[in-house]
Amino acid sequence: MSSASNGHMTDRVDVALADVALGGAVKFTTDRLRGRKAEASEALGDWQEWREAGRSIRAHTVANLDYYVDQFTTNATAAGSTVHFASDGVEAVAAIRQIVREKAAKLVIKSKSMVTEEIHLNAAFEADGLECVETDLGEYILQLAKEPPSHIIVPCIHKRRSEIAALFSAEAGREIAQDTVSLTAFARQKLRETFIAADIGITGCNFALADTGSIVLFSNEGNGRMTTTLPKTHVVVMGMERLLPTFEDLDIFAKLLPRSATGQKITSYMTVLTGPRRDCEVDGPDDVHIVILDNGRSNQLGDPEFQEILNCIRCGACLNVCPVYRHVGGHAYGNVYPGPIGAVLAPLLRPDDPAAAELPYASSLCGACAEACPVKIPLHDMLVRLRARNVARGNGKPEEQIAFTGFAKLFGSASLYGPMMQLARLGQKLTVGNGRRPQWFMNLFGPAGAWAKGRDLPTSQGASFRERWAKRGGHRNGK
Amino acid sequence: MRVALFVTCLVDQYFPKVAEAVVDLLAMKGVTVAFPARQTCCGQPAFNNGYTAEARTVGKTLVQAFDGFTHVVTPSGSCAGMIRHYYPELFAGTPDHEAATALAAKTYEFTEFVTHVLGDPDFGAIFPHRAVYHTGCHGARLLGLRDEPLELLAKVKELDLVPLPFAQDCCGFGGTFAVKFANLSVAMATEKARNVTETGANVLVGTDVGCLMNIGGVLRRQDSPIRVLHLAELLHEGTRR
Repeated sequence: MSSASNGHMTDRVDVALADVALGGAVKFTTDRLRGRKAEASEALGDWQEWREAGRSIRAHTVANLDYYVDQFTTNATAAGSTVHFASDGVEAVAAIRQIVREKAAKLVIKSKSMVTEEIHLNAAFEADGLECVETDLGEYILQLAKEPPSHIIVPCIHKRRSEIAALFSAEAGREIAQDTVSLTAFARQKLRETFIAADIGITGCNFALADTGSIVLFSNEGNGRMTTTLPKTHVVVMGMERLLPTFEDLDIFAKLLPRSATGQKITSYMTVLTGPRRDCEVDGPDDVHIVILDNGRSNQLGDPEFQEILNCIRCGACLNVCPVYRHVGGHAYGNVYPGPIGAVLAPLLRPDDPAAAELPYASSLCGACAEACPVKIPLHDMLVRLRARNVARGNGKPEEQIAFTGFAKLFGSASLYGPMMQLARLGQKLTVGNGRRPQWFMNLFGPAGAWAKGRDLPTSQGASFRERWAKRGGHRNGK
Repeated sequence: MRVALFVTCLVDQYFPKVAEAVVDLLAMKGVTVAFPARQTCCGQPAFNNGYTAEARTVGKTLVQAFDGFTHVVTPSGSCAGMIRHYYPELFAGTPDHEAATALAAKTYEFTEFVTHVLGDPDFGAIFPHRAVYHTGCHGARLLGLRDEPLELLAKVKELDLVPLPFAQDCCGFGGTFAVKFANLSVAMATEKARNVTETGANVLVGTDVGCLMNIGGVLRRQDSPIRVLHLAELLHEGTRR
């Protein structure tokens, strides 16, 4: 069962719905992001063709992932980087801890990275008593608040300005004003100190280029460049599917990713890093370590239903258009990756985790996610397939199995369906009606009671269509 | 021309006038409608919850009922989407695969049939009201029907069709999602109902009764005077003035 501390998705959803300020903050920002995405993709023109180009490159890369991982490793090594392979989060953390020990590091800084959230790196550092500072403004705020990110691009989308000022004031030991200039000035000053003092800089990786052995980072605040150039050691953690075959392919994704993520034509900083500092260069780390993480990804390879999930470029566009995410935010998912992408990834990466198995149900299957996806992943189809996989594995709820066995029996034959539904309509009329009955009474009627909490039930217009049709002798003799 | 009507279980049981409107409107275009009584439901409730075998058992009633027809017309983008988008996959590897794939190819949502097959979206309807159109997700996203319903509405005389803000957002129906995540579904439907109300429209029109009974359920609970109509009902009313 789900871990007791985490509860069920339905419970977390209800908590989130009760938080009016949270809903307001998430709606405000996702509206802006999707609005800007729509403008930016329209301004580019031929958006559907760009999507198809992106999909095709990602699909090709994933289909030949072993080849490209190998090529990347060879070229990254030739450029002077050290490549590590980690089959899961534990191995990845162990590899990073080893680097920390070798460098006798006292202070580690990080730029925003979801994959390090996935392997719970910060918790490991905390257990080791190692100081680690997040340098992305949003992540820095969350580190002070001791919260996980609630969006993969805008990690503290759920935080209000007043909360941020309170966190900064507590950290500063003095009052920090709520205006943007005061807040960012405080963060900048604090973070500058860590950039200079840090022994190791840790980043994720937006793309890795197989033909050059480079890693590519998209960022907006400039902290990414500080993290990769000032400390003597740079550690990159990358999901094994982050690859693109060539530098030329990056062109397509430099168009797709910023537009899809934040509606920007181009990100403020696009950094392509190939190995450590060369002898003739002034800036850059002496050592670059690249940790390539599997953690359940390779299990999707060769699976016709789910391989495409590895095409994801982590832009967050599916979150910004998702009506569920819009109403409950990211924490309600109880998963590192929230939103539609998280609801698909979680049960795929952790097939034995019952808490992950709940997430695909938290969707109305409206398909907005798939429509927004810049690489055309059919997320809504995958959500349905994951439900089917859950049932096929015998993990469906017993009462649901009974209900759908009954449904198949009843709706599997028109001669049963017709009279039984006639009875059901009569039953509704005699009991719940339009649902405006006392809640205790409505609660006796399961789904009808749940529906009627905030809505009237539909009521019959008399006979069914088929009854009226039959009465008229199999045709409609209207006016 | 002769077509089969796939009434859908929801329209059959709760909104029979929608189907009668479809039959009459098609008759106006010279189309004869048959109603093969073996049909029940597309199976979407079971399918969307992962019960594929149960969905197939139910879907088979449609595969058999519509055998021999060249066109199947249904007043639901969602049910048509289920058949078109998922039946070939659902029935793969079963003896019904060929017939199910054929059904997928010959099934049309009502506004799609009128615009694409009949090619004549004008019913001569007059409807002197301010209305707002709700885009059903499955019609738009599974079938790509974005302009078709609007083409029909554009021909309605004296209709004041106003745009719905956040039209692309789901109303929160989602079949069993509406009861499994009831509070969330109500929150989504309430936001949609508010957007509808704020347009000042006195009619909400759509092409899926699932969405309409969800948004309409909130409006009724609020004792709102806004009428909720399927597009076929609006046209039908507009032709009977």
